[in-house]
Amino acid sequence: MMPSAGHSTSPAPAPSLASPPLPSPSIQIAGYDQPFQGAILTASRWWVIMGALSTVALLLALVCLQLGTQYVGLGQMARVFTSALFGLAGDNETAVTTSVILLQVRLPRVFLGFLVGVCLASVGVALQALLRNPLADPYVLGVSSGAALGVSLAVLFGIGTTVLALSALPICGFLGGLLALLVVYRMAATYERLPIHSVLLAGVILNAIFSALIMFIASIMEPNRSFGMMAWLMGSLTAPAYPALAALSVYLLVGLVLLFKQVRVLNILALGEEPARSLGIDTERTKRFIFLVSALLTGAVVSVSGMIGFIGMIIPHAVRLVVGADHRLLLPASALVGGMFLMVADTIARTSFVPSEVPVGIITALAGGPFFVYLLVWRKDRLA
Amino acid sequence: MSSPIGQAPTVEAAVSSGRSGAHAYDVQGLFFCYGKLRAHDVRWVLRDVNLHVEAGEILGIVGPNGSGKTSLLKLLAKLAAAQQGDIALFGTSLAGLSQEDMARTVAFVPQESAQMFPFTVAETVLMGRFPHRRRTRWNLGFGWEDRDDCAAAAQAMATMDISHLAPRAVTDLSGGERQRTMIARALAQTPRVLLLDEPTAFLDLQHQIEICSVLRRLRDDHGLTVVIVSHDLNLASQYCDRIVMIKEGAVRSVGTPSEVMSVEVLREVYGCEVLIDPHPESGLPRITLPRQYVPFNV
Repeated sequence: MMPSAGHSTSPAPAPSLASPPLPSPSIQIAGYDQPFQGAILTASRWWVIMGALSTVALLLALVCLQLGTQYVGLGQMARVFTSALFGLAGDNETAVTTSVILLQVRLPRVFLGFLVGVCLASVGVALQALLRNPLADPYVLGVSSGAALGVSLAVLFGIGTTVLALSALPICGFLGGLLALLVVYRMAATYERLPIHSVLLAGVILNAIFSALIMFIASIMEPNRSFGMMAWLMGSLTAPAYPALAALSVYLLVGLVLLFKQVRVLNILALGEEPARSLGIDTERTKRFIFLVSALLTGAVVSVSGMIGFIGMIIPHAVRLVVGADHRLLLPASALVGGMFLMVADTIARTSFVPSEVPVGIITALAGGPFFVYLLVWRKDRLA
Repeated sequence: MSSPIGQAPTVEAAVSSGRSGAHAYDVQGLFFCYGKLRAHDVRWVLRDVNLHVEAGEILGIVGPNGSGKTSLLKLLAKLAAAQQGDIALFGTSLAGLSQEDMARTVAFVPQESAQMFPFTVAETVLMGRFPHRRRTRWNLGFGWEDRDDCAAAAQAMATMDISHLAPRAVTDLSGGERQRTMIARALAQTPRVLLLDEPTAFLDLQHQIEICSVLRRLRDDHGLTVVIVSHDLNLASQYCDRIVMIKEGAVRSVGTPSEVMSVEVLREVYGCEVLIDPHPESGLPRITLPRQYVPFNV
């Protein structure tokens, strides 16, 4: 072991012009070569876990693509993909049918499921850290129903058409979700250290109010439109055409990157507001930023898939148990697991009751509800 | 706001001389209240506080509940802003310092911390390295800790005697262990000034003494300046170089423990009679409850 002189000699990073340099750190540091084996997240562990998860996600996607009303084997799939890539036309009718099923129906849908799961789980992680509440989730807190209300209003007033080639629905969803987040956050900010259960109650109340308004909107619509809206509300993945899907993906990816840039800050925010500020974080600005991005992601996701609940709560929880609390791994790992979860749930939803289809929101709620109760009842010692 | 150029010698002096009387903090005419300042009915939490903290001293802030001790500490940490008055850190007004500049110089340990998530102790201590992170635009906010960071954290953990707890989750620790983890996090920040809010409140006798000795050692060896809010008058008297006694938001008395801890001052501030005699070892004032206050004593 050699003593590292690194910190004692290096001056503190130069502050801005407005302030003169403050004295450099005074505590001398002796060197330790491997002080924390297994106690902290290292870059190598990050790559191993993320690599493994990505591989599993890819394999699961292949499985999900195979299943459906018509089974498509791997060989067939490979042929369809190669012919699509190299522009070869299918030579017979079954090949064309298979190609349509795979490329026009299943692939966009599986991809959309993955993307929505990724976003919901990521937003869940961010909200949990921000509100220091392990039960926070866009669905439970009423952010999803706020977004759904925004989208319903847009549909009611017929602004569901496109603005600048992009659907206006994600933006209305964003506004609705933002409104819900602001209400929850105002509550949390008014009473400095708000008990977890009060935040949940705020979510329950918001959910009730927003649901009532959505029901009201649905009831004054013409029946066939309101039926479509109810199906969407229960959470269903109906893939849009490729251009719209691409636009949505870009929108969501930008949001995800913005969120991922905050991973280390999320770690610090989980310590509490004052410790975070004393570690040099502009907490107000950071919170506002993360809330905005969360509302952005939730709004867009809700506008395409309705209210798919509990992914934002279950997935981060389960992943945290396995990989630890460091958001540098927790956020991307939860994102991948969330994507896989929704992809599989949707495959179950569309294959188990052929020819009818179960809204995927029902499946996630059936999985998530009991888990929520479990956390609330059996793990309440941790949540006090 | 003070001029940057004129301050440089003061800063240099503070660094090199340690305990030569340079001031870590200068507090002048401080008025503070929570919430918005209204013209009528202002309930000041702090009223006209003037004091200084010398570089390399342990300063204790004592006083009854609700007297404004914690508020003063938060103002020193720039976690709250005063309505009037000025605080200077090594000659530089806090108003001119960003929260980040502060974080590289001043570490703050809150009274209690409620961590909901199972971060390990090592991870928590390493969070203290956040102000020293390298900034690059393209690391997507990941910024892995380097060897220096790990070394600083390991040193801090050894100092607080929590090295063996490194892989444990902070949510599973006892109150005392968690408190020591939080102090270690502050030490990992390699601060020049350490602000502690009731650091010994959750600790047993052994760890109380241990932490106080560690603070003295850090002061002696590294010139660390410590400001400590405490309810424990005896602890403050034995371990602090100087004591500030606060009553209803105003400074009642400042000085060495022997100067501040008098029967008259304590009667006035706390409204009760105490006995004060010299500590058998140090000769510093020792505060004990008089017999008539002990219930059920025949």
